[in-house]
Amino acid sequence: MMKRILSLAISLLLLLSMATALAGDAPLELSMYFPVNVGGSAAALIEKMTEDFNAENPDIKVSPVYTGNYDDTVTKIQTAIQGGNPPDLFVSLATQRFTMASTKMAMPLDGLIAADPEGAAFIDDFIDGFMLDSYVEGAIYSIPFQRSTMVMYYNKDAFKEVGLDPEAPPKNWTELVEYAQKLTNENRWGVGLALNSGSAQWAFTGFSLQNCTNEVGLMSADGKEVYFNTPENVEALQLWLDLQNKYKVMAPGIVQWTDLPTQFLAGQVAMIYHTTGNLTNIRNNADFDFGVAFLPAGRQYGAPTGGGNFYITSGISEERQQAAWKYIRFMCSTERAAQWSIDTGYVATRESAYETDLLKNYYADFPAALVAYEQLPYAQPELTTYSAAEMWRILNDNIQAAVTGEMTAEEALQTAQEQGEELLYDFQ
Amino acid sequence: MKSNQSLTRRKDPAWIVWALLAPSLIIMLVFTVYPVFRSIAFSFTKYRLGMDAPEFIWLDNYQRLLKSGTFNKVMVNTVVYALLTVLPSMIIGLGLALLVNRPGKQVGFIRTSYFYPSVMPMIAIASVWMFIYMAQNGLFDQVMIALGFGAQNVLSNRNTVLPAMALMYVWREAGYLMVFYLSGLQAINAEVLEAATIDGATGAKCFRHITLPLLAPTSLFVSTIAFTNSFKLADHVIIMTEGAPNNASTLLLYYIYQQGFTNLNYGLSNALTVIMLVLLLIFSLPRFFSQDRKIHYS
Repeated sequence: MMKRILSLAISLLLLLSMATALAGDAPLELSMYFPVNVGGSAAALIEKMTEDFNAENPDIKVSPVYTGNYDDTVTKIQTAIQGGNPPDLFVSLATQRFTMASTKMAMPLDGLIAADPEGAAFIDDFIDGFMLDSYVEGAIYSIPFQRSTMVMYYNKDAFKEVGLDPEAPPKNWTELVEYAQKLTNENRWGVGLALNSGSAQWAFTGFSLQNCTNEVGLMSADGKEVYFNTPENVEALQLWLDLQNKYKVMAPGIVQWTDLPTQFLAGQVAMIYHTTGNLTNIRNNADFDFGVAFLPAGRQYGAPTGGGNFYITSGISEERQQAAWKYIRFMCSTERAAQWSIDTGYVATRESAYETDLLKNYYADFPAALVAYEQLPYAQPELTTYSAAEMWRILNDNIQAAVTGEMTAEEALQTAQEQGEELLYDFQ
Repeated sequence: MKSNQSLTRRKDPAWIVWALLAPSLIIMLVFTVYPVFRSIAFSFTKYRLGMDAPEFIWLDNYQRLLKSGTFNKVMVNTVVYALLTVLPSMIIGLGLALLVNRPGKQVGFIRTSYFYPSVMPMIAIASVWMFIYMAQNGLFDQVMIALGFGAQNVLSNRNTVLPAMALMYVWREAGYLMVFYLSGLQAINAEVLEAATIDGATGAKCFRHITLPLLAPTSLFVSTIAFTNSFKLADHVIIMTEGAPNNASTLLLYYIYQQGFTNLNYGLSNALTVIMLVLLLIFSLPRFFSQDRKIHYS
């Protein structure tokens, strides 16, 4: 009896699924892999936006697949490609574009842009600083999506306490040291930087841009050369070591990226370098008055950009490419870019987004959020080369060697330079 | 002997024997033997994602590794980590086993609580211990500050990062090894100990001259497990430090993972895998050869 019911149920189910498959044209199903580095709410938001897209386009059905952090996502895409079942599109770090191109994981998008009547205008509207790291050998490989930059958060109450003007954050390195010295006491460090693997190279890109005389900081735009050991970069790294060892205004050793905001919120650090993506968190949890500022300048202002872009997998059918492009256009549309920025703290990627009432009202209500946008003209992409992940590792490791006293600033960057050149040898 | 003969007399056709062996044999061939030989083959090639075909380069990968400072550091770390974890967790495991090797109603509960850390996934343990070791605000640093030593930030110091991780692992592993020692202790014939006590041997002497020698097979087995386990660890490195500072906490398996899945360098990661295999073999050999020599099986 049980068996008969079961077989009946199974055949019914089969019939049903056949019927739905036959009824009308099934929508084209695309899968998208995406990482989220700042927690779950952004993942829910991507799913919500995708549902809106699917509702608006009944002939396409995009299924977003949350794939962990950025590293995990690359691993999963790679596994899926090797298994012959790749996603149609995915979000990955902008800095991965050289790797994506050289490993043939992603395709150039110029054909799709040219075929789209509004394609050129769409690309033009992206903020230049973000569009900078979309190119490989002159071709566009990725479209800016969840993008961030680094800003300084400072504790205004602490500034008042030591007699500093809370509306005048440090403008340059000299003031940074001077203010940090005033702010440091036995319960509080003056300044904080996260130097764990994956964070050190991001902050260092900023300091390198602030101090460089070659306008490019750490690497060439084509991703084939690195300039780690310039005297300006050595000077920048020496500043970090001095903050720790000479002035004793920054915690010694390596502070973790995720610990730094916690320490700031607990009043244990007065000024921190962190991502704009943390703005909402700090705004919601600070029980003191805080400010957001440009990163203090060296020879000039400078800040690193970071975050994820859309890529389309190479080797998928033309029909799928078109559908994927349509989806990207939708996700990066002006209003969505604005809303995405407000909800997550990421920086809106489109110039036109800043003309919307949505963002205008947001900034009127919360001017601190505007600082990241105003700083963008001075911002440049974080360290990116071919074999980006390995290059990051090289710089991170050697910076850590200097910070933990294993090497001097000069030795560390010299070693990084040698290892970096060896790594890039294959691509030159 | 007799029963043995009766077993061999019944001659099953060969195909039945093979059919019965097939499930485990196939699984072993597909998931163990084949990958091992594939790894060995790929370890002689230059092979990165995006290349059309692997390029044969003989021993270049191995030569590159031997010259690399990072690789040498990783090997030293792996061995140091094994030494820091294996002996302490064995001694503590044995100690715990001696403590709970007695009848009683509450003993079951105590055994369970000693054992529970090894049931937890390493990732969960690492996440919890990361909070313990968190700079300044973690439990460990709070205690250090209260004792007047100041914040240590152990995970960011190249001299303390491995011992800190080892401590965590010993906490987890000791309970697991305890179970083996417990069964070893219970296999010891109580009459032997009783006879010794009647002859006037004290507790310490009994332990030194009877219990410990009779536990030798268990110890050998436990040490093999402990060594190979300690080589097979990567999860906590990924969670806690990603190898920082400057690879002071990078262990071999994590290095393999990093080369293969982050750097997409399959040739090199296969060469590292072969080195790992050799290492595991070396540490399993003593148990394999000394099965019946010098070791007292009671």
